[in-house]
Amino acid sequence: MNAQIRQVYGLFVALFALLIGFTSYWAVLDAKGLENNPDNRRGLIKEQSIPRGLIFASDGKTRIAVNRAEQRGDTRVFIREYPQRGLFAHPIGYSFITNGRRSLEQSRNDDLAGKENEFESIFAGLEGRDEEGNDVVTNLDVEGTRAAVEGLAGRKGGVVAIEPQTGKVRVMVSIPEYDPNLIPDDFAALDNDPNKPTFNRTTQELYPPGSTFKVVTATAALDTGKATPETIIDGSSPKEISGVPLENSGGEDFGPISFTDALTNSVNTVFAQVGEQVGRDTLVEYMKRYGFFADPELDYPDNQMIPSGIRRNGTQYVQDGFDAGRVAIGQGGSEGAIEATPMQMAEVAAAIANKGRLMKPRLTDRIVRKDGRVKERIEPDLQSEVMKPETAAALTEMMGRVVEEGTGTAAALSGIRVAGKTGTAEVGANREFTQPWFICFAPIDNPKLAVAVTVERQPAGSFGGVVAAPIAKSVLETMLGGQL
Amino acid sequence: MTARTRELFGLIPVSLLVAAGFAAVLATRTEDVSDATITYGAVFLGLCVVAHLFIRARLPDADPYMFPLAALLAAVGIVLIYRIDPEFAREQAQWFVVGLILFCATIMAIHDHHVLERYRYTIAAVGIALLVMPRLPGIGEQVNGAFLAIKIGPIQFQPAEFAKLAIIVFLASYLRETGDILVRARLRPLPAGRQALLYGVPAVGTLLAILVLGLGTAGSALLIVFVASLVAVLRERPSPKHFGPLLLVWGLAMLMLIFIRDLGSSLMFFGGFLVLLYVATDRLSLVGVGATMFFGGAFFLEENISHVHDRVQVWLDTFSQARGVCPSTGRVTEFVNCQGYQVAQSLFAQADGGLFGQGFGKALIEFNGSSLLPAAHTDLIYAVLVNEAGLFGAAGVLGAYLLFAYRGFKTATVANDGFSKLLAVGLTAVFALQVFVIVGGVTRVIPLTGVTLPFVSYGGSSIVANMVLLALLLIVSDHARAERIRRGGLV
Repeated sequence: MNAQIRQVYGLFVALFALLIGFTSYWAVLDAKGLENNPDNRRGLIKEQSIPRGLIFASDGKTRIAVNRAEQRGDTRVFIREYPQRGLFAHPIGYSFITNGRRSLEQSRNDDLAGKENEFESIFAGLEGRDEEGNDVVTNLDVEGTRAAVEGLAGRKGGVVAIEPQTGKVRVMVSIPEYDPNLIPDDFAALDNDPNKPTFNRTTQELYPPGSTFKVVTATAALDTGKATPETIIDGSSPKEISGVPLENSGGEDFGPISFTDALTNSVNTVFAQVGEQVGRDTLVEYMKRYGFFADPELDYPDNQMIPSGIRRNGTQYVQDGFDAGRVAIGQGGSEGAIEATPMQMAEVAAAIANKGRLMKPRLTDRIVRKDGRVKERIEPDLQSEVMKPETAAALTEMMGRVVEEGTGTAAALSGIRVAGKTGTAEVGANREFTQPWFICFAPIDNPKLAVAVTVERQPAGSFGGVVAAPIAKSVLETMLGGQL
Repeated sequence: MTARTRELFGLIPVSLLVAAGFAAVLATRTEDVSDATITYGAVFLGLCVVAHLFIRARLPDADPYMFPLAALLAAVGIVLIYRIDPEFAREQAQWFVVGLILFCATIMAIHDHHVLERYRYTIAAVGIALLVMPRLPGIGEQVNGAFLAIKIGPIQFQPAEFAKLAIIVFLASYLRETGDILVRARLRPLPAGRQALLYGVPAVGTLLAILVLGLGTAGSALLIVFVASLVAVLRERPSPKHFGPLLLVWGLAMLMLIFIRDLGSSLMFFGGFLVLLYVATDRLSLVGVGATMFFGGAFFLEENISHVHDRVQVWLDTFSQARGVCPSTGRVTEFVNCQGYQVAQSLFAQADGGLFGQGFGKALIEFNGSSLLPAAHTDLIYAVLVNEAGLFGAAGVLGAYLLFAYRGFKTATVANDGFSKLLAVGLTAVFALQVFVIVGGVTRVIPLTGVTLPFVSYGGSSIVANMVLLALLLIVSDHARAERIRRGGLV
């Protein structure tokens, strides 16, 4: 009998090995798959039961996102609160168990939720640390943001301000804003509001950039040597471009005019000719260097960003076959029209301000552990070298003239030289509205801040230099005022 | 070092584990470690030492490892249950004391286990009566569709836990007597012509049956094994009456499926029977016939008993998204969130545990009033274990069970007479099978059923019945080892 008993024992060893095999499968091998199973609520519940990291403005003190603890049964859960209400709604977004996450709360979720790899969590266990989220200190400036909101004064539009040398995003304002604290109760209403308050106009909306795009055309022309600031070009109006007559603003005829003066006075016919001379391929090449045709390289969710570029029928991106002359002045036709987000135009200004070097834009400055140690600092990172430093210097000088004596005088600051460019695109079915723009940076000899402003669907005759430039001026004044 | 001293030393890590386990759970709950944890450890150690002294007095030569292993498992159980609900743990501790009393009483009452052979038919009758009790009106109780419990006044009771002891005692005694006449000495090989007939006809018949009936893979495999085993049995020309006991126990298992509606416990009983049949007769062919008849019957009944059918469906397709009206809530939900909920949540909890687990006291069991692990303290206690102690902790506990089984089978090999061997094998096998059935159910190896994890799950009947099982094993062991020591054969 003993032989049989040993065989029976062998059978049980095999059966128990099977149990351990299955346990290994569920607990380790397929653990990721089970965690990602949509019917598995454990991840969500756990995230709720550990305090999420706080989010601060650039001063490291102003709290943008905090937690409120609530007792539910025998579990304590943490619910997000946003003390600044709508002020930072678009860059920061929200995080609620019932509504999901948006904006920086989404893109920095792993840090905020304190997700660590297996190795780190074993370490945390040994140190006896509780699992908790890390704080995020952003680059967002409270006063600059307020100035932008006041400047827009309820008009729909967007303001973005970037520190050119580092890519730090100091201001990101989209109007209308929404109060993230209301999301759990009013999500459907906010989402269905025709004014789209939850929509970030600075990264998700494409507008015709109008004459601000002439700066991109000028970059291509100067950098490739197709033109110098002194080159004299025929600025008469109207002029035939791609077989259709093109007029200057107000039909003004400038005659022969230098390239610098053409930018100062935003002469359409000059830039259309330059655009044709530069050619589609070169123009597209320089646009790509500026970041067009791709999502901004921002620490922001992909589904809340849209690439700027030349689009046909408002949907399809095209890099060839477009009317180079009209795209060069920030317009276009049925073969493709140029459209850009405020974020993209702020990057254009920032690249010129930083001697042609475009830095990746960053909302986050650093990730800080609960004990105050810095876990990660987001270092400045070069995105692309858009142009030669000499080109940037020449362009800067030209843009300085725009503010001093051209279309952008409304942005002039006392004591600081500002470089800028206005834009006024005509929009609407019968061109009954305008889309005023202003991009700029200052101080001109050592730029600290690059700003892009646009306002949506303004009454005809609202020019970028009149409507948008004062808002940029106010942001510059607020943020650079102390540095004078 | 004597066996008993080894046993005493074995209890020290157990009490340390209790103290450490309670400390961990209390630390997560109240954020300060009270001296209660040391009290728990001390009381547990005290109880175990009393039982140890009793064993020392009455069964001085019994196996030294089984009691500490059982105590270890009970300790793990109490810590896990305490984390789920301190009130349950208090009750469980009381049942542990009752179990210890019955443990001692069994050892007092049964000086020599051979006395059980004399009452085998009485014991069998009691066992069957216990099994059908849950179907009796008035005291029977249906839990999750199965009839496993009876309720007399405030006390709920699972008679199957005790029935398993009675039936093993009966089978060990019955097979000891009839095992030899169940099989004859092997015959000389048949002449070539008749041999071809004996093998050829069933082979062709089986093939035809598979083709005509259009059986699937599982059905064909069952039929082939059944016919092959039957041929092997018939080759020894047994008289029909030898099939009597086999058919009788098979019929009993089928009746259990129909009456109790629990696949797990009938698998456990019938598996124990097959193990005993094999050890008693050394005929794999008999096991083959029995096993295929069991699975064939189970397949047929699975189609016809909705409760069993549901369990099998959950096992096969846990995460099904098919929508339908959920019988328990009356709302339209996906299958995975209704019938499949318990098994799906069990797997999610295990995935959450990973290699090392979340730590004692950290398992997520309920949230905002809704349970994330239905029946966490009974059916799903293994899932809680994996969640808190990880794969390593769970493997450790399974290792403890396997060691227990090893000592049980070792006892059987050391024993001198057939009844002692069969009794030890049967008790050990049914114990280990119970572990396999519930852990296999929780880890989706087999359909989940409502048997307990011995010594660990919450449940008075379970802990008391298993303490009696342990007492019987120790009695057998004491006799066997005393004999060996007397003959100078055991160190």
